[in-house]
Amino acid sequence: MSDLNTEIKSSSSSGSLARVIVTTSGKGGVGKTTSTANIAAALAKFGKKVVAVDADVGLRNLDVIMGLENRVVYNFIDVIEGTCKLNQALVKDKRVQGLYLLPAAQTRTKDAVNPEQMVDLCNQLKPEFDFIFLDCPAGIEGGFRNAAAGADEALVVTTPEIPAVRDADRIIGMLESMGKSPIRLIINRLRPNMVQDGDMLAKDDILDVLSIDLIGVVPEDENVIRATNNGEPMTMTLDSPAAQAYLNIAERLLGHDVPLMDLESYASRGLISKIKKFFSRKRH
Amino acid sequence: MDFLKRIFGSGNENSSQKAKDRLKIVLIHDRTDISPQLLQSLRMEIVQVLTKYMDIDQEKIEIDLDHDEQAVALVANIPVISIKRGSIEFKN
Repeated sequence: MSDLNTEIKSSSSSGSLARVIVTTSGKGGVGKTTSTANIAAALAKFGKKVVAVDADVGLRNLDVIMGLENRVVYNFIDVIEGTCKLNQALVKDKRVQGLYLLPAAQTRTKDAVNPEQMVDLCNQLKPEFDFIFLDCPAGIEGGFRNAAAGADEALVVTTPEIPAVRDADRIIGMLESMGKSPIRLIINRLRPNMVQDGDMLAKDDILDVLSIDLIGVVPEDENVIRATNNGEPMTMTLDSPAAQAYLNIAERLLGHDVPLMDLESYASRGLISKIKKFFSRKRH
Repeated sequence: MDFLKRIFGSGNENSSQKAKDRLKIVLIHDRTDISPQLLQSLRMEIVQVLTKYMDIDQEKIEIDLDHDEQAVALVANIPVISIKRGSIEFKN
């Protein structure tokens, strides 16, 4: 892009076209945006050039999760409509080198953009980045179709609950019929101690019914709320179980073979869970 | 001991197994919720294959997906008018 400013013009670190990944879930509130922000920040920390595109037109939130809401001037609808140049709409994250946000319009609706325009936008971004993340809105309507249209790969986020897994199944079916590959699953907000007590769907239960590749399991972690309060993705600074899980997912996206975290050890740390274990052992 | 169980929440049956069973059944139903167009094209292709071997009453064909609590079946009722001579024996 001749009209990109010098910082962005340095193009992707690998010199090739970006991988375009849609983050989606079907159901709302399972952690799509948190996952997008953390994985994008982690990849930037690993030296990649990454842009996180907020594809949730009308209900944008990626800007606040990333803590960049005060720096948003233009959005990608402005780019599509020619109101501004692409480089004017991109918000550069000053905390991590190589991390950018392309915000959504807050005062527009999902039909302000169509799938062809989204593909075109991604094609403009591709030579400049290593990774493009499209943070998809909840639902299976226009917003999902727009975001999915531009992507080659997909990350499907679910929580270990029936409604979320059911919606994930629906979304996986749609992504498969659109030819997205690979489609990989993130199990978010898993509580290892509840799994241990047999009161939460385990990783293998979910993989069994969805028959899809897993890219990571993120444990429930209070630090997610702190990070959102502070507007700083956990993978930038925090040493916490969820941050580690997202760093691992980023590494797996880079093709590294990283073993799954030992979540059981987190589960057995608390005193209550130790007492619980003692009693449940006696029962059997 | 009972009150301790109650305090520590280990008195209940394992709810994750129940979740898994319910989820499996929900997904069976969701995944078989196929569109009328898909069922129509399935019907046409079945007819195409069958007419190579026999005359069937195309007006009276019934094809549907039947599901109960645990499983799904493709149920077809296809009246045969006549079997073509020689079509049952293998050629070559």
